[in-house]
Amino acid sequence: MTKHTATLFIQCLVDSLKPEIGDAMVHVLDTLGVSMVYPENQTCCGQPAFNSGYRREATKAARRFIDIFENHNAIVCPSGSCVHMVRHHYLDLFRDEPAMLARARKVAANTYEFTEYLVDVLGVTDPGSQLNSRFDGSVTYHDSCHLSRGLGIRSQPRLLLENIPGLSLIEMDESDRCCGFGGTFSVKYPEISTAMVDDKIQTILATGADAVAGCDVSCLMNIEGRLSRIDSPVRALHIAEILANTGK
Amino acid sequence: MHEQSDKSYRELANEALGDERLHSAIRMIQDRIGKGTRHLWKTEISQELRDKAKKARMRTLDNLDKVLTTLTEKIRANGGHVYFAKTAEDARNYCLKVAQKNEVKRVVKGKSMTSAEIGVDHLLEAHDIEVVETDLGEFIIQLAHDAPSHIIAPCIHMDKQQIGRLFEKELGIPYSEDPPTLTKAARKALREKLLSADMGISGCNLACAETGHISLVSNEGNIRMSTTMPKVHVALMGMERVIATLAEHDMLLRLLTRGAAAQKISTYVSFLGGPRQPGEPDGPEEFHLVIIDNGRMKMLADPRFREVLSCIRCGSCLNICPVYGRIGGHAYNAPYPGPIGAVVMPLFNGVNKHADLCRGESLCGACKDICPVNNDLPRMLSELRHMLAYGDEQWDVAPVDKGEALAFKGWYAAMSSRTAYNLLVKTGRLAQAPFVSDGMLKKGIGPLGKWTADRDFPPIARQTFGERWKTVHAPRLKGDSNE
Ligand code: SF4
Repeated sequence: MTKHTATLFIQCLVDSLKPEIGDAMVHVLDTLGVSMVYPENQTCCGQPAFNSGYRREATKAARRFIDIFENHNAIVCPSGSCVHMVRHHYLDLFRDEPAMLARARKVAANTYEFTEYLVDVLGVTDPGSQLNSRFDGSVTYHDSCHLSRGLGIRSQPRLLLENIPGLSLIEMDESDRCCGFGGTFSVKYPEISTAMVDDKIQTILATGADAVAGCDVSCLMNIEGRLSRIDSPVRALHIAEILANTGK
Repeated sequence: MHEQSDKSYRELANEALGDERLHSAIRMIQDRIGKGTRHLWKTEISQELRDKAKKARMRTLDNLDKVLTTLTEKIRANGGHVYFAKTAEDARNYCLKVAQKNEVKRVVKGKSMTSAEIGVDHLLEAHDIEVVETDLGEFIIQLAHDAPSHIIAPCIHMDKQQIGRLFEKELGIPYSEDPPTLTKAARKALREKLLSADMGISGCNLACAETGHISLVSNEGNIRMSTTMPKVHVALMGMERVIATLAEHDMLLRLLTRGAAAQKISTYVSFLGGPRQPGEPDGPEEFHLVIIDNGRMKMLADPRFREVLSCIRCGSCLNICPVYGRIGGHAYNAPYPGPIGAVVMPLFNGVNKHADLCRGESLCGACKDICPVNNDLPRMLSELRHMLAYGDEQWDVAPVDKGEALAFKGWYAAMSSRTAYNLLVKTGRLAQAPFVSDGMLKKGIGPLGKWTADRDFPPIARQTFGERWKTVHAPRLKGDSNE
């Protein structure tokens, strides 16, 4: 088997709020024998600015991101919405700048979401034997919007979860209904956002699962924040934490 | 009929958020129709067909002048009148003129959002012409002096008890909450109006240039009566509502009824397009088609927004949108609510005026997924936000929020180097200390203030991943590979 090298693109929220998700990802990739590179000057892909309409600032962040990552081959990120930003919105930002557009295309083609990379590139199908993953309990899976609709990644995380020994996957109703995070939307219109996360939580609780898993820390943070406020014992876990056995 | 509210989007949304009955009513529509439509998209209607429909729509838009000319010629050849209205005012004045020329006392209306867009009712009423809505939902709304809250189910926000009380008061019948009894009462009241009306106004779901007809879909059949019984029929259509060929019309009609109500075909589909011909048993003596621009040419001319004119107003995007699902139609305070409203209302009426509609969506993309013609509403919302961020001359937009603009400048300054970023993280770590309890931020600082009213927020970690990479991972991984 050829030796894989992954370049870590650690979303700013993971970096500053949930570094344990990054740790878990490193653990998983290391167990699979992937060597890793971490460009230490990385900050943010520009998504918050882009989604709020501040394209000038987003374009600057995108330029910076491309400068840092363009010579890397497999850029792997534990966040679907950031990959969506790089893969789709960068092309929009540079639509009138042919030279930058070409560079953006190259980076876009090399950027993978974590579970996509595991399943589609590394061929991981059996986390039990390949990663010694184990989880005792039931889990329901939330399809983040940009991951599922934007990138079409729905089967990869499910394939991984289903094959973790001890874990029973229970599908919730409308798993791809938005949790109400929406970046600055949840800060600008917090009441609407809270009502939406309540809808999400209702479908999560209806499954009776012990935990809700996802591939996007922003949605998880939103769901976890509300679960914690209503004193629910259900935990919100990033799939990397489950795979690395750190999400107990 | 559309009664505007003076309240802000935020106020109206917050009122709706507290309304559990509204929430469950919309939830029911979203569960039944929204899910039904999605099912049809997966089973019977392929993505290829939807792509093909979109292409046909865009092709028609690219040749709109020609296609509209063909439609006009055909309708005129059939003895109908066609009027091009540049503005909403032109359109409503034309309706008034036709009514006055025919000495109309009473107008019956089929369900039409375009009539709400141009505000024709108020003008007619101001000239002592009675206007009666014939769609059951619209009729109820009219009795209640309320505004519609859904494109295809205008009074979804009312329950049968409210309607019972309304009918008791307005129609003078004994209180009942039995739907058949209420329907019967409405039918009786409406039949009297329909029989005595001099003019009918309808919208136009689709128009076909090749055949020169307009199509109206409904599940009640009252539209039929308002377009055939009175001696004059005026149909209102947005200029983009036209389809070039009958084959394309067939394809879009199929998508329309499936998108609107997950139906293969609606109970009634009427094809009209001219006055009664010799030997025909019914139909109006005069037929007028009003083709309305009212800002559509400007959308057509802007490559960022041309696509929105491919919309067939099926309402599907409302049947899936999680924001609409929670705030209902009234919060949008506009004739077109929901995701489609959030894009077209700013373009019709001013981006600044409707800034909250552009910003109050989570960009989840569900509307794009369900739209029969793949309208990329999230992309257009993002373009609208872009205008609001810096202003836009072409659309006369002023920057909306100086504080936010400054914040994003500051944000980029902090993201422009790892040193600046680290400094921001360190500052945050110090600032948050007094607010952390049980490992969570229960009360927010700065922009998190409102977020944390109902939700906890994870505090900034003791070490960033960057720091952990340096201190933990890099040395260990290096050690591994040295072994
Ligand atoms: S945008 Fe699409 S889904 Fe929404 S009303 Fe128009 S055609 Fe229907």
